[in-house]
Amino acid sequence: MAINWFKYASPVTFYELAGKMIPWFAGLAVVLGVAGLYIGFFVAPTDFQQGEAYRIIFIHVPASWMSMFVYVVMAVWAGFGLVLNTRLSSMMASALAPTGAMFAVIALWTGSLWGKPMWGAWWVWDARLTSELILLFLYIGFMALQASIDDSRRADRAGAVLALVGVVNVPIIYFSVKWWNTLHQGSSISLTKAPAMAQIMLTGMLVMALAAWMYTIAVVLARVRSIILERERHSAWVADVVRSEAP
Amino acid sequence: MSSPTLLTMFRCVLRRDLVLALRRRSDVLSTLFFFIIVISLFPLGVGPEMSLLRAMGPGVVWVAALLASMLSLGRLFSNDYRDGTLEQMLLTPQPLPLLVFGKVIAHWLVSGVPLVLIAPLLGMQFGLPADALLVLVGSLLLGTPVLSMIGAVGAALTLGLRGGGVLVSLLVLPLYIPVLIFGAGAVEAHISGLGAQAHLSLLGAFLVLSLLFAPWATAAALRISME
Repeated sequence: MAINWFKYASPVTFYELAGKMIPWFAGLAVVLGVAGLYIGFFVAPTDFQQGEAYRIIFIHVPASWMSMFVYVVMAVWAGFGLVLNTRLSSMMASALAPTGAMFAVIALWTGSLWGKPMWGAWWVWDARLTSELILLFLYIGFMALQASIDDSRRADRAGAVLALVGVVNVPIIYFSVKWWNTLHQGSSISLTKAPAMAQIMLTGMLVMALAAWMYTIAVVLARVRSIILERERHSAWVADVVRSEAP
Repeated sequence: MSSPTLLTMFRCVLRRDLVLALRRRSDVLSTLFFFIIVISLFPLGVGPEMSLLRAMGPGVVWVAALLASMLSLGRLFSNDYRDGTLEQMLLTPQPLPLLVFGKVIAHWLVSGVPLVLIAPLLGMQFGLPADALLVLVGSLLLGTPVLSMIGAVGAALTLGLRGGGVLVSLLVLPLYIPVLIFGAGAVEAHISGLGAQAHLSLLGAFLVLSLLFAPWATAAALRISME
């Protein structure tokens, strides 16, 4: 039986589908998050160089990965909305931005908390930190631009152009530790070589990254449902939904 | 499309924008004076100690160039937008990116080049040696067109919006930051003896990429804003 996936490109059908998907992803996020934090804080051994303070890696690295990944996903959805002229794609892009910005803030903040004991400084202007800060500014710019345009279709398209122009920053962040002589640690994990860190620490990090990913999906689906209701508020199906969910 | 037509259009747009800008010289000169005043504020703020000023000099000049460039972006499309000319420009059969390219080059000639020319004088205020001033001029010469090009994208996206100037800054400054880093870094690398070649090469790369892609992105943004 072939499912016509494109029927979910309509806000009406996607609203329902998203509603059904959210509890599953939220549940996965909680389970994986608890597991990851348990591994990170209780199972993983003390690092011989950094002591206990290294454990912030289990929050810092997943948050950084998510901030970059969410930006790319946001740019992709915005691009689809721009090229294919689909409303729902642009709504997804708008829904992804606040979560991405949050992860960028967490990455910068936890990085700063880690930097003080390790490097002796709350902040250094090295390539990776600076480009992550630029990423945060790009998120904020995207949200500000969309907020300042009243016409929602123009807001979608303008935001898409901005997001696509800014996506060039993400490879810069990713490769910054390879291209420049930076204070920030180089990449310990690669697709082609064995990881340069203990297996259990890697596992904890990957579990937390998955937890962050599930969390992102759950939160973004919830947010996009709100955006759909707002944007489609003049339609009959929204009136029905509001009436049926009203107390 | 035959080449003479496109070149003629480019020359026509360039000439028009230059004539219009020179008719309202105050717009142009106020950007230049903003640049001069901002740079002069820093020694007043941090004190006259020469070693501190010498360390800060390239960065201060570059930041002032960024701010001046940003302030002048409002002029790029808004006048044409207000009197309807921009709409006519969108309807021409010639490619919109080329027209945008012409406008941005005119904007750079009027807003960017004066900054480049007066930068050595202002760099002297910070006690920079002559060879460092040369590198400063070179970095600004490569960097200010990039600022105009990237800024044009921001100006096109925010056409006619309330919150105008501040919003453009928010959008455009993150994209300006790499130019700032390599521009100021070029002068500092030269002073420290490492040589400015790497930085200037990267600035050149930014210039080429922005000349290639920014007019296209700006044209797309203009069509979106002019709906």
